[in-house]
Amino acid sequence: MLARAQIWWTIFTMCVAERLAYRGDFVLGTTMRFLPMITQIFLWTAVFASSSNGKLVGFTRNDIIAYYLLTMVARAFSSMPGLASGIARQIRDGEIKKFLIQPIDLIGFSLLARMGHKLVYYGVAIGPFALVFYLCRGFFPGWPPAEYLAAFLLSLVLSFLLGFFLEASLGLAGFWTLEISSLLFVYMLFNFFFSGHMFPLEILPEPWRTWVGWMPLKYLAYFPAAVFLQKIPADQLWQEVGVLMAWTTFFYFLSRRLMHAGFRRYSGYGG
Amino acid sequence: MHRPNYLAVFWMFARNSLIRDMTFRTNYIIDVIFGLCWALMNLGFYTLVYRLMYADGDGAADIAGWSQYEFFVFIATTILVNSFVEGFFMANAEELSELTRTGGLDFALLKPIDTQFLVSLQRINWSAIPKLLLALALLAYSIPRIEGLTLHPIQFILYPLYIVMGTLILYSVMIGLAATSIWLGRNQSLYDFWFYITNFSRYPMEIYEGSFGSPLRFVFTYLIPILVVINVPAATLAKPLSDTNWPLAGFAVVATVGSLAISRWIFQRALMSYRSASS
Repeated sequence: MLARAQIWWTIFTMCVAERLAYRGDFVLGTTMRFLPMITQIFLWTAVFASSSNGKLVGFTRNDIIAYYLLTMVARAFSSMPGLASGIARQIRDGEIKKFLIQPIDLIGFSLLARMGHKLVYYGVAIGPFALVFYLCRGFFPGWPPAEYLAAFLLSLVLSFLLGFFLEASLGLAGFWTLEISSLLFVYMLFNFFFSGHMFPLEILPEPWRTWVGWMPLKYLAYFPAAVFLQKIPADQLWQEVGVLMAWTTFFYFLSRRLMHAGFRRYSGYGG
Repeated sequence: MHRPNYLAVFWMFARNSLIRDMTFRTNYIIDVIFGLCWALMNLGFYTLVYRLMYADGDGAADIAGWSQYEFFVFIATTILVNSFVEGFFMANAEELSELTRTGGLDFALLKPIDTQFLVSLQRINWSAIPKLLLALALLAYSIPRIEGLTLHPIQFILYPLYIVMGTLILYSVMIGLAATSIWLGRNQSLYDFWFYITNFSRYPMEIYEGSFGSPLRFVFTYLIPILVVINVPAATLAKPLSDTNWPLAGFAVVATVGSLAISRWIFQRALMSYRSASS
């Protein structure tokens, strides 16, 4: 048990060190990511200028700006750049073999690596994030009550896990198709539109609204932001967190099934 | 020295790229579908936003003076200009940093043809064509629906002209950015920079107002003229001709010539500091 924990710890510190090497690039990249916020602020100011009561689908202009900022926090947890494509590449070029030989679990290793990367990312990104949120504090209605805050923090952690297992499952589809780039693009498209990254999902008309309400994608961006802004009614709050947990569990088991099934049909030759 | 026939060379590039695109046909079709999907999703988003603005009861719906169908013309213009840039230049600008890194630029320099021409147009991306058609369809759909708009023939002449100018301004920004990869050896965030800078150009310039917006508008109109790129052609077609528009329309011409000249200068300066990558 102790030896096992030591392996995991080694992997984790290795990934942290790997990530720290490019920290300069990181700070610049993270700060630049906020640039589109500037146009969003101007765009929504113009949109709300045309509204008579200053509210659209229950959002004021400030709510919308705060919403976009909060989805950036959510996506800092849930987005997994390069995870699915990385797994598919390892399957394609045979690197996956090392997980068959070494006593390391593919999904476990990837998860630790991702956690290492994310932790370094937060360590660096907290600067730009804090600065932007401080500058934009006027857009926020204030801190939510403790219950909502707890649900918000929990949903962030869960959205990280959901995003991880969901994308790992996509990547593991590479055992069957080798080339998953078109699958990933479809996913990206849906993700952008239906995760709430592009706009608050309240804007969608029925029946889309209801469908999207049950899909896992909304937990990757919309849900944590909506919780912080208290757009989720109190009686549905924990029910929604439950659905998020259910989806996370589903994709956890799915990814493990896919991995084992994939290993059974995988054949590696040479090198 | 024999002067190459640039038009014939360009034709050859286009032909070769088409052959290449048709060789990997599935890939081409996927590119087309995704390109169209992004454009349609963007359109869908603004349709939803206008729907909301109509639904709030006061009957007025405009974004900084752009009514729904005027804004659709704006979006169509964005699609048009962007597909020209993607079709002609995007893949090439990306390739430039790769050429610098691997030393492949040596071969481009050796060829008896203008290097900027060669590296800017080698690869034509034909998958941008369907997006052009989408944009034209969107124009045909939206223009008759703009209330009180009667088009003057001159608007039909000016519009394509300003589309070309917008494309050239964006090209200048792009090749200028790509040229920095010659200096820096590698420029991975070229795409990011490109995305973040052009992001400003995708919205009507009227939204940038106030104590922070006005200076921003000034900078992106007169110093880095990316607000001119979409706004001038879109306004030429979607809004009635008016005397107040002439100064900006005139400036667009100056901006195009200026950006091309400056980017050409940057490109050549960058070439001079190219040291090749030893193999």
